[in-house]
Amino acid sequence: MSDEAREAVGDYQFGFHDPENATIRFDKGLSEQVVRDISALKDEPEWMTDIRVKAYHHFMDREMPDWGNCGELNNIDFDNVTYFLRSSDATEKDWDDVPDDIKNTFDRLGIPEAEQKWLGGVTAQYESEAVYHSIREDLEAQGVLFLDMDSGLKEHPEIVKQYFGTVIPYSDNKFSALNTAVWSGGSFIYVPKGVHVEMPVQAYFRINAQNMGQFERTLIIADEGSSIHYVEGCTAPTYSTDSLHSAVVELIAMKGAKIRYSTIQNWSANVYNLVTKRGVAHENATVEWVDGNIGSKLTMKYPAVLLKGEGAHAEVISVAYAGAGQHQDAGAKVHHLAPNTTSSILSKSISKNGGRSSYRGMLQVTPKSHGCRSKIVCDALMLDNDSRSDTYPTMEIGNSTADLEHEASVSKVSSDQLFYLMSRGFSEEEAMGLIVNGFFEPFTRELPMEYAVELNKLLELEMEGSIG
Amino acid sequence: MRGLTMADEILRVEDLHVSVDETPILNGMSLTINRGEIHVIMGRNGAGKSTLASVVMGHPAYEITQGTIHYMGTNIEEMSVFERARAGMFLSFQYPAVIPGVQVGTFLKKSVQSVRDEPLKGREFRKELNGAMQALEMEKSVLSRYVNDGFSGGEKKRLEILQMLLLKPTLALLDETDSGLDIDALRIVAKGINSVAPQAGCLIITHYQRLLDHVQPHFVHVMIDGTVVETGGPELAIKLEEQGYDWLETTAEA
Repeated sequence: MSDEAREAVGDYQFGFHDPENATIRFDKGLSEQVVRDISALKDEPEWMTDIRVKAYHHFMDREMPDWGNCGELNNIDFDNVTYFLRSSDATEKDWDDVPDDIKNTFDRLGIPEAEQKWLGGVTAQYESEAVYHSIREDLEAQGVLFLDMDSGLKEHPEIVKQYFGTVIPYSDNKFSALNTAVWSGGSFIYVPKGVHVEMPVQAYFRINAQNMGQFERTLIIADEGSSIHYVEGCTAPTYSTDSLHSAVVELIAMKGAKIRYSTIQNWSANVYNLVTKRGVAHENATVEWVDGNIGSKLTMKYPAVLLKGEGAHAEVISVAYAGAGQHQDAGAKVHHLAPNTTSSILSKSISKNGGRSSYRGMLQVTPKSHGCRSKIVCDALMLDNDSRSDTYPTMEIGNSTADLEHEASVSKVSSDQLFYLMSRGFSEEEAMGLIVNGFFEPFTRELPMEYAVELNKLLELEMEGSIG
Repeated sequence: MRGLTMADEILRVEDLHVSVDETPILNGMSLTINRGEIHVIMGRNGAGKSTLASVVMGHPAYEITQGTIHYMGTNIEEMSVFERARAGMFLSFQYPAVIPGVQVGTFLKKSVQSVRDEPLKGREFRKELNGAMQALEMEKSVLSRYVNDGFSGGEKKRLEILQMLLLKPTLALLDETDSGLDIDALRIVAKGINSVAPQAGCLIITHYQRLLDHVQPHFVHVMIDGTVVETGGPELAIKLEEQGYDWLETTAEA
């Protein structure tokens, strides 16, 4: 790692990288031909190629957003991004068949171990495509489909065609257009009626190459009365040049179904993380986003739920940690489009060493949606005076029967708390770590235990060596 | 002086002058506490009692302008708060801080681990914890609550004493631990103090004589304007309870 990179990212523990052994690597830069080549390489049906090309033109024509951190957004050099890189010729079902370098990386990240212990299925994506994929036999026997998105399109084109882009059309925003044009990898999940997937399934996304663009596309459909918990994690090596991660995630929860989608995003501090995530909840369905943003240079991500059916429920719990050189622009959007729908948003952010965290929220209640309830809580914790925290809430309430609560707080670690903890034997760093973990506790308690422990360790590491 | 005597001296405060934001609070305070001794400090609000406890524990807001603090024969001026804690000093807070989201059980275990040298064994610690909680008549459910979050005054003080029992300090500073306690809680807290006191030096700051029905002090000191103006035995506390501080003030001014 260069000194410059080291300075920029501190002690990021996943910053190692492997040698690049690409079997196919596209030249940097984007054109209609690149888009067509990706589609041809994957031997896709024509309708998908058409969507990609349309999306590409929309991306080219669309202006960069004029909100959020536009300064940083305009620094992205789209010509200096590798849009497709294949590092393994197959998606393996056995870790032993995965190329050694790549397998070692996932070993270091603890994925095979976690899979054995507590996961129902795993997909591991390295650069543009999945290199490993497996699902427990009992889930497969119940008709649960859990594939990487490329295989999903190949094996179940009719389902993909029916739902792809219905929740997030390519024209939604500039980055959803980019993703639709060059998407590769991601997860495809279908849970049949009434099936409850008890163990979480996990996807892990790893960027290894420099100036890489990763554009995974995930589609999860939970049929009537079913449920699933999907967990994703992501890391990247530390480089002094930037990489781009721009995913699109679409969730569809049918009548009475429940989808929980948990993310621990821990990209290295040279990654732009610009992701569109949105779920639809039909009658009495529940969509939950549990969204943790720890890494990246700039994250702009606002998990959204469209409450389309009566009695549907949305839950968004998010935390953001912004350290030196980081801007976490995160939040939540909930649209109450049907009567008697409910939502709860809890957002917690920590800013430290000049980092910036922003909460950007949207709450909409349409005129015909009577009897809706929503509670929004935003808490920000500042660890020093150099850091920054802002809140941008938007509310569009079209029905006067709506019952809304909104609480926001900004606090600092008090000297009383530090003195108290230090008088109990904790060093200043340990005390900070404890306070930070406690602040995020309403989030971590929602995670599977293994993840909660990992996250707490991660935050404690972030507190180390940073107090003068 | 014999070696044994040296080892028995826990705390020696000499001619201590302390300021906060350039306002003097302690003005030439001196006090020596030996192992097995219970000292009580009484005095009006603002006399500097809590400041003494905080400054001995190392609170960074206080500036020592003159004088020294020796703990176990060592000048501790350069020691940070947590180093003092790890060396066996303990302060029971008048107003313990709330730490949201941190469960009492986790907090206690980490705290005890950070103060003890040898690794903490899970089962032994739980046994010790159960014993201490039983002695203090505390509910197990406290362990899953957040540290001092939503605790009543009495619950907070009991948690302070629980920490003292687990940390087994060599020097225990108790800042108005008896304030706001009902008779039962007072008795329980006193029990905790009495179990630690024989192996430690104890400094109890209080406004009331009633704690001293349960804890037998060796010395009672009266502080006025940042210094000790009178020292006596338990009878001094009774006299203060009956007569207040006015009679001392005239002495001090004389």
